Amino acid sequence: MYTTELAKTKNVVSTEDPGKLAAFEARVAADEFIEPKDWMPEAYRRTLTRQISQHAHSEIVGMLPEGNWIGRAPSLRRKAILLAKVQDEAGHGLYLYSAAETLGTSREQMIEALHSGKAKYSTIFNYPTLTWADMGAIGWLVDGAAIMNQVPLQRTSYGPYARAMVRVCKEESFHQRQGYEISMAMMAGTPEQRRMMQDAFNRWWWPSLMMFGPPDENSPNTAQSMRWKIKRETNDELRQKFVDITVPQAEAIGLTVPDPDLKWNEERGAYDFGAIDWEEFYAVVRGEGPVAKERMKARREAWESNAWVREAADAYAAKHARKAEAA
Amino acid sequence: MAKDWPLWEVFVRSKGGMSHRHVGSVHAPDAEIALRHARDTYTRRMEGVSLWVVPSASIIASDPSDDAQMFDPAADKVYRHPTFYDIPDGITHI
Repeated sequence: MYTTELAKTKNVVSTEDPGKLAAFEARVAADEFIEPKDWMPEAYRRTLTRQISQHAHSEIVGMLPEGNWIGRAPSLRRKAILLAKVQDEAGHGLYLYSAAETLGTSREQMIEALHSGKAKYSTIFNYPTLTWADMGAIGWLVDGAAIMNQVPLQRTSYGPYARAMVRVCKEESFHQRQGYEISMAMMAGTPEQRRMMQDAFNRWWWPSLMMFGPPDENSPNTAQSMRWKIKRETNDELRQKFVDITVPQAEAIGLTVPDPDLKWNEERGAYDFGAIDWEEFYAVVRGEGPVAKERMKARREAWESNAWVREAADAYAAKHARKAEAA
Repeated sequence: MAKDWPLWEVFVRSKGGMSHRHVGSVHAPDAEIALRHARDTYTRRMEGVSLWVVPSASIIASDPSDDAQMFDPAADKVYRHPTFYDIPDGITHI
């Protein structure tokens, strides 16, 4: 899964040591990796902390729409696969929280920011999962868009983030393939199953394109992030790539892309596609997504109702520490 | 939880004969749970045959701003490398 970089901060004039700043810029320009104890500009630290923690939150919240279907999977095979996928998302969240912590923000602060509603996560998870066909569409499109975003991040300039992305990308490809397999099975099924799949595809297509974030001209931090090699490709470049590889996949199994303006452009060697409803995107960013409240409620309940597990682990550790001291 | 559990660094031996390699970190209240979390987080796909967890606070790291002094002296000791020595053609097994 992936998060778009949402909260935008104004560029502030740096008051940092120009020598250190120049040395930092030179290292990044030379494709060196920056590591936790290296000197870095505050704005770099802040941008990365925000991006990595939003990415981590997205993995964690991303478990909810699919977790919702584990108990209703149509076969034991599908259930085992979905369980493994959701467990992977938890793992991805943990890799990313660890990477963000190396920048000096504690896990506790990040979890607190998520639960209080202060932190953002990917808008995609605030859409509901209405039928089993949504599991196909999410794995294929949402994880597919995530992979498109995450592959270039394996070369992002911050070492711990890049390493986390290498692990995530290695694991994510199964997510997309199992989603496409569900979609294929649905499209090879009864007319009713095909209708369900087309409906799920229609609902997830546009939100998936929005996952790449606002258009480049409305993404003021992109230039800075590209220069610091936090980002390696722009939102629009990645979105175009996603459309170009996904359209033939949809057509191959008999799905119709819900975009009357979609057309192959021979000259560009790419698909032209219709305008994205950015009003909807910004509304979801503001927390007006169809199931935003439900997601945060489920997340907080999971955290609170399992507090006893953390408390028991604490009590157990304390007891053994006392015993070790007495011995 | 009042505050974060301590941080542990995780090292995995991918197969017999290889060294343990750093893969990431986990939070845990004690060593036993750290090992379990490390297993669930970093070895879901047979990535390893052995795990180490080490309290992060126990790791002593060199300071990157001292890199120059710390590692530079090696650069002027080229005679430590075999290519420094000229051996005539025709001399073999050396």
